[in-house]
Amino acid sequence: MRRDAWIARLTPHRAALASLFLLVFPLFMPFKAIAVNILIQGLFALGFNLLYGYLGLLSFGHAALLGGGAYACGIVIVRFGMPWWIGIASGTLAGMLVAAAIGALAIRTRGIYFAMVTLALAQCLYFVAYQAVDWTGGENGLRGVNVAGISLLGVHLDIVRPLVRYYFVAAFVIAALFVLSRILASPFGAAMEAIRENETRARACGYDIAASRWLAFVLSGGFCGLAGALQAIHLGIVPVETLYYTTSGLAVMMTLLGGMGTFFGPFIGAGVFLLLEEVVSLWTVHWQLLVGAVFVACVLFFPRGLWGTLLAGHAR
Amino acid sequence: MSGVSPDLLALQVFAGLALGAVYVLLATGMSLIFGMLTVVNFAHGAFYMLGAYLGLLALDATGNFWAALVLAPLGAAAIGMVAERTLIRRLYGRGIDYPLLLTFGLAYILVELVRIAFGTQGLPFDTPDALAGAVDIGVGYFPLYRLFVIAVTILVLGALWLFLERTPYGLIIRAGARDPEIVRVLGIDVARVWLVVFGLGTGIAGLAGLLAAPLQGASPEMGNSILAEAFVVTVVGGMGSLLGAVAAGLLVGLVVSMTALVAPEMEQVAIFALMALVLLVRPQGFFGRAGLMS
Repeated sequence: MRRDAWIARLTPHRAALASLFLLVFPLFMPFKAIAVNILIQGLFALGFNLLYGYLGLLSFGHAALLGGGAYACGIVIVRFGMPWWIGIASGTLAGMLVAAAIGALAIRTRGIYFAMVTLALAQCLYFVAYQAVDWTGGENGLRGVNVAGISLLGVHLDIVRPLVRYYFVAAFVIAALFVLSRILASPFGAAMEAIRENETRARACGYDIAASRWLAFVLSGGFCGLAGALQAIHLGIVPVETLYYTTSGLAVMMTLLGGMGTFFGPFIGAGVFLLLEEVVSLWTVHWQLLVGAVFVACVLFFPRGLWGTLLAGHAR
Repeated sequence: MSGVSPDLLALQVFAGLALGAVYVLLATGMSLIFGMLTVVNFAHGAFYMLGAYLGLLALDATGNFWAALVLAPLGAAAIGMVAERTLIRRLYGRGIDYPLLLTFGLAYILVELVRIAFGTQGLPFDTPDALAGAVDIGVGYFPLYRLFVIAVTILVLGALWLFLERTPYGLIIRAGARDPEIVRVLGIDVARVWLVVFGLGTGIAGLAGLLAAPLQGASPEMGNSILAEAFVVTVVGGMGSLLGAVAAGLLVGLVVSMTALVAPEMEQVAIFALMALVLLVRPQGFFGRAGLMS
């Protein structure tokens, strides 16, 4: 059977296949702490990919969605002493709210303006968080997001243990994968791809372009907010740099590396990048050179990314 | 505002103009590059930072600020031209996102290379002796160096205007921005014009960085946050419009200095609030043409 036919046959099961991979992944991955980071960054890139890969909107403001989720989760836990699950729910919701606000302003512009406006608005949130020391801890970050005891249906989860922590985070990521797969398979998912491929024709078909873009931005915010909340719980701190625009750049870079508009590409991108970073930082502190090099190499030589190139094969 | 005297207000206006001058230079370079090459240069902040460091190098080598004032922008322009020739040129005609992503990556590389060469700590940049001190401008004493920044900006803008409007090469650039196809048919090497324009834009960014260095020192990150501010100026003024870059740059500078007077902690946020307001009222910016960016 040809590769394309295999891909077409497996596509309906993409969420299940991806989940299966994530479930066995830590078993042959020696560094469990990085494995958790890969899950979280992969989810962040997945949220970005929904907007850029499937709808074609290049945002450089996704740090605001991740950071908004992380701060919401952290503030709810640290300042209000709420349980962890309220933190995660608040983080997801905050990601969507921030996306709704930024999206409402940014979709008034199009094309490259969109990248500039989202970057600028996210920077605005960074400065607000920097100044609001009472809530966010300012420059020092929000410390003490400690979630010691997680019990679920009477079972106590000891998330200090790396593998338990991995599967705790993986549960949310897998849920997100199924939600994303459902969104992409829905009429709205088809509309997104139609808008990406030919905006004029999609408009002529009666789709409300602005509303679709805004909705996709909000959905993207939900995924990124969830990633932020998980990151806050995983790290135990929300550094203010989470909101800085270099964080947005990471989402763009990981998605580009893995493959834009591919279902599992963002996780491949996050995994490859974080492992490379780990290796490179063993012999130099200047690992940011790697970030730049990946950008340049992807744009110049393989714009489909690793996973995208693999899926496309030699047939193009 | 009752506690603020008119003189203090006037001084603050001048401070805003000096800050705005740096924004104007940055946004002018960005607009020039975009208008001609339809490339949004996300590495513009990195070239701004390079200008400051190249200035330090030139100052070390010659001991003369005026030599640095000439050499640093030339160096930034040369690096910009190398980047255009070797990297960005390959992406023309491949969609507007690709050069943007490439320059974003290029910024990472440039910043990290500067960190390797000069260290991660910022370096001091002394105000040249001839421009130190303050002068009486009628409403109070104002730092001479800031007046110098305003004067250099006016000179550069004037020269740029003359170059674009009154020279044959400027005519080619303006024609190329409108219709590169026709210009090529007329037998002009458009690729070379693009190279020159990219060098011009990054050179002006380098000049802005050098001018800003005595005010705030040189640091590898100095271009990072100013990139977002340059975007605000470009969005407010309208992309591709030089007049817009000047008007919006000065306006943003004034907004910052006025906010600093009333609520210093809101300084940064005010810039973005201004952009949000402009987006709500006039999404294409002051002088932008509607639909240009689609």
